[in-house]
Amino acid sequence: MTDPSQERPSRSENFWTARETALSWFLTTDHKRVAVLYALTLIATFALGSVGAAIVRLELITPAGDLVSAEAYNRAFTLHGIVMVFFFLVPLIPATLGNFLLPLMLGAKDLAFPRLNLASWYVFVIGAGLAVAAIAMGGLETGWTFYTPLSSVYADGYVTLAILGVFVSGFASIFTGINFIVTTHTLRAPGMGWFQMPLFVWGMYATSLVMVLATPVLAVTLLLVIAERAFGIGVFDPAIGGDPLLFQHLFWFYSHPAVYIMILPALGVMSELVTAGSHNRIFGYRFVAFSSIAIAVLSFLVWGHHMFTSGQSMYGGIVFSFLSFLVAVPSAVKAYNWAATLYKGRITLNTPFLYALSFIGLFVFGGLTGLVLASIAVDVHVHDTYFVVAHFHYIMVGAAVTAFMGGLHFWWPKITGRLFNESLGRFSAVMLFLGFNLTFFPQFVLGYLGMPRRYHEYDPDLQIWNVLSSAGVPMLAVGYGLPLLYLGWSLKIGEKAGRNPWNAAGLEWTTTSPPPEHNFPEPPEWEGPAYPYPVGETEEPQVQEEAQPKPEREA
Amino acid sequence: MKRAADPSGLDPFEDAATRLKAQRMGMWLFLASEAMIFAGLFVSIAVVRVVWPDGAVEASARLDKGIGTANTAILLTSSLLVAIGSAAAKAQTPRKGLVAAAFAGAAGLGLAFLAIKTGIEYRHEFHAGLIPGAGPAFPIDTPGAELFFNLYLAATGLHAIHVAIGAAVLAGAALAVWRGWLKLPANAPEVEFCGLYWHLVDVIWIFLFPVLYLVN
Repeated sequence: MTDPSQERPSRSENFWTARETALSWFLTTDHKRVAVLYALTLIATFALGSVGAAIVRLELITPAGDLVSAEAYNRAFTLHGIVMVFFFLVPLIPATLGNFLLPLMLGAKDLAFPRLNLASWYVFVIGAGLAVAAIAMGGLETGWTFYTPLSSVYADGYVTLAILGVFVSGFASIFTGINFIVTTHTLRAPGMGWFQMPLFVWGMYATSLVMVLATPVLAVTLLLVIAERAFGIGVFDPAIGGDPLLFQHLFWFYSHPAVYIMILPALGVMSELVTAGSHNRIFGYRFVAFSSIAIAVLSFLVWGHHMFTSGQSMYGGIVFSFLSFLVAVPSAVKAYNWAATLYKGRITLNTPFLYALSFIGLFVFGGLTGLVLASIAVDVHVHDTYFVVAHFHYIMVGAAVTAFMGGLHFWWPKITGRLFNESLGRFSAVMLFLGFNLTFFPQFVLGYLGMPRRYHEYDPDLQIWNVLSSAGVPMLAVGYGLPLLYLGWSLKIGEKAGRNPWNAAGLEWTTTSPPPEHNFPEPPEWEGPAYPYPVGETEEPQVQEEAQPKPEREA
Repeated sequence: MKRAADPSGLDPFEDAATRLKAQRMGMWLFLASEAMIFAGLFVSIAVVRVVWPDGAVEASARLDKGIGTANTAILLTSSLLVAIGSAAAKAQTPRKGLVAAAFAGAAGLGLAFLAIKTGIEYRHEFHAGLIPGAGPAFPIDTPGAELFFNLYLAATGLHAIHVAIGAAVLAGAALAVWRGWLKLPANAPEVEFCGLYWHLVDVIWIFLFPVLYLVN
C-alpha cells in the first residue's frame, strides 16, 4: 500500500525466525506458528487418507475383487473416510488459514486465548494419534459413519480406539471455535465494525458456531457407542433394548453440520479471492455475510435427508426435503454475488484466481446435485450409490480443498515472504480441476446406473466408468502434489514478496511479509468499508502480468 | 491468565475490561457446548417417551423418587453455597474465608450426591437387573423400557462424571482462595467461573430429574 519497501523484515521481526529453538515451536502461543504446526500435521493426515483412496480406486479398475480382499477393501475406505473427514477436512481451513489470518485480518496481536489455541493442536495430535494407532494395529471396517449396530456389535478391529480418537479430536474443534468467536467479538481493530470485517472472518464465525454447538452432539453419540461396546449399555443395539435409528439421528445431527464446517470456511476464502482477483468491491456485502450465518443455522435442520430410506415417517421426509432445498438459497446468494463482483472487475488470471474459478464450477455443480439428493423420490433411487459419493466429493473435496489451495497460494507470500512460480501454479490449478472432474464426474453416472457405494466388486458393464474415474487419480495426484514441490522451492529460491503482492485490500496486507511476532509494529486501525478496492493503483503489480489498465473506478 | 500487559505477548488484550469480557464469553461458550453434550441425550429420552410411552412410564416408575428428590435438594443447596461464595468473592471487601468455606461446602455436597447416586441408587438398580452388567436379566418386557433405562444410565452417569469434575474444581478453588494462590478481588472472575461450572452441573440435573423420574 503506502509502503514501497520490498525488503524482508529483519530476522528478529519475523515470526519464523524470532525464536529459533525446536522447543519454541512446541511451546509457541503465536497463532501463526500454531497454524504452521497444524498445516504440517494435516499434510501427513492427507497423505495417509490418500493411501486409502488410492487402494479403493486401484481395486475398482477391474470388476472382480482381485487386488485386495473384501475385508481389506472395507478397511481401506474406512481409513480413507475417517482420516479425511475428521482429521483433514474438518480442521483444514479453520486450523490453518483461519488460525493464521483471523487475528491479522482483525488487526489483533493474537487470538483471544493463545494457550487454548496451542492446546487445541496438542489435543488434535493426540486424537489423530489414537486413530492412526487403531489403523496401524489392523484398522476397522465400519466406514467413517460408524453406523450401528455394525460398529457396536458386529465389527471387529479397533473400533473403540478409532472412535476415541475422533472423540478427543472433537475438543480441538470446540477450542478453535470458542477462540474464533471470542476473538471476533473482542479483538477487532478500532473502527472495524461487524460490517467492515472481511468476509473470511464471517465465514470463520459461522463455522465456529457450528463447531461449538454440533461437535458435542457427536461426542456424546460416540461415547454411547463406546459405552455399548465396552459395557453393554444398549442404546443402539436392538438385542439389548437399543434403537439403531437413534444413532443415525444423533450422528447426522452433527455430521450434516460438519459438512458445512468444511464448506463455510471455503466460501469465506472465496469471497477474498474473488474480490482480490477482480480488484473489485464485493457485491452485496451484507447478503454474503448473512448467507454464511443462514447456512450455519439451516445446517442444523436438515439431517433427516440422510435418512429418507431409513424408516422415517413420510411427513418427516417431506419436511427435511423442504428444509434441505432451503440451503440452496444462501448458497446461490453467494455464487450470484461473486459473479456480480466479477462483472466489470479488473480480472487477473493468476493462480489463486484460477483456483477460485474452478471452485465456483465445482461448488455450483456439487450444490445442484445436492438438490437432486434432497428430492425424496430421486434420492430413493440413488441412495447409497456412487451418485452420493460423487456429490459429497464435489463439495467437500472439489470445492473445499480447491478453495484451500487457492487460499494457500493467495496468502503464501504473506505467510512465507516469498513468491512462487506462477506458471507451475497455474498448471497445477488446471490439473486439479481436470483431474477432479475426471475422477468424480463418472461417479455420478455410475451412481445413476445403480452402482452402490462401498462394494469392491461390480457388474462388468460398469467398468468403463470406473476406469475413467481411476484414471483421474494420477492427475489429481499431480494437482495436489506439485504445489508441495514448487511452494517448497519458493522458500529457497522464491522472489521476495513485499507486503502486498496482489494489491489486495485487508489489514493482513499492511504488515510485513512474513509478519512479525505480534503481527503489527503499531496497533492498526480501520476506516471505511470492508473492501476498499481499487488498492495500490500507483504500485506496479508484481505478479499479474496480464493486468489490463482500466479507467479508475470510484472508491 | 495474566493481569498486566506482559512483554512476552501472551496476552493479546490492551485493557482489562476487554480481557474480562473475552474470558466471560469464552466461559459461556464452553458451557453452551457442555449443554449440547446433554442435549443429545435429552432429545433421545424425549424420543423414547413419544415413541414408547408405556415403556417409558413403566421404567420411570422403577426409579426411586425419594432418592432423586433428596439428591435434587443436595445439589440445589450446593448451588446456593456457590452463589454465596461467588458473591463474597465479588464483594467490595472480599472475605476469602467465606468464599473458601462456601466452595468447600458445595464440593462436599457434590461428593454426598455422588455417594448416594452410586452407592445406593445404582447399586439397588443393578441388583434389580435394571442396569446392565452381570446382574439379573432386565425385568420389564414393555418396548422402550430397556432403552429408557440405558439412556437413564448414560445421562446420569455422564452427569455424575461432571459432578465429580465440578466437585474437584470447587475444592481446588476453595484451596486456592484459602492459601492465597487466587487473590481476591483480582481473581474474582476465575472464582466466579468455577462457580458457573457448578451451576451448569446443577441446572442439567434440574432438567434430568423431571425428565427421568417424574414420567407419568
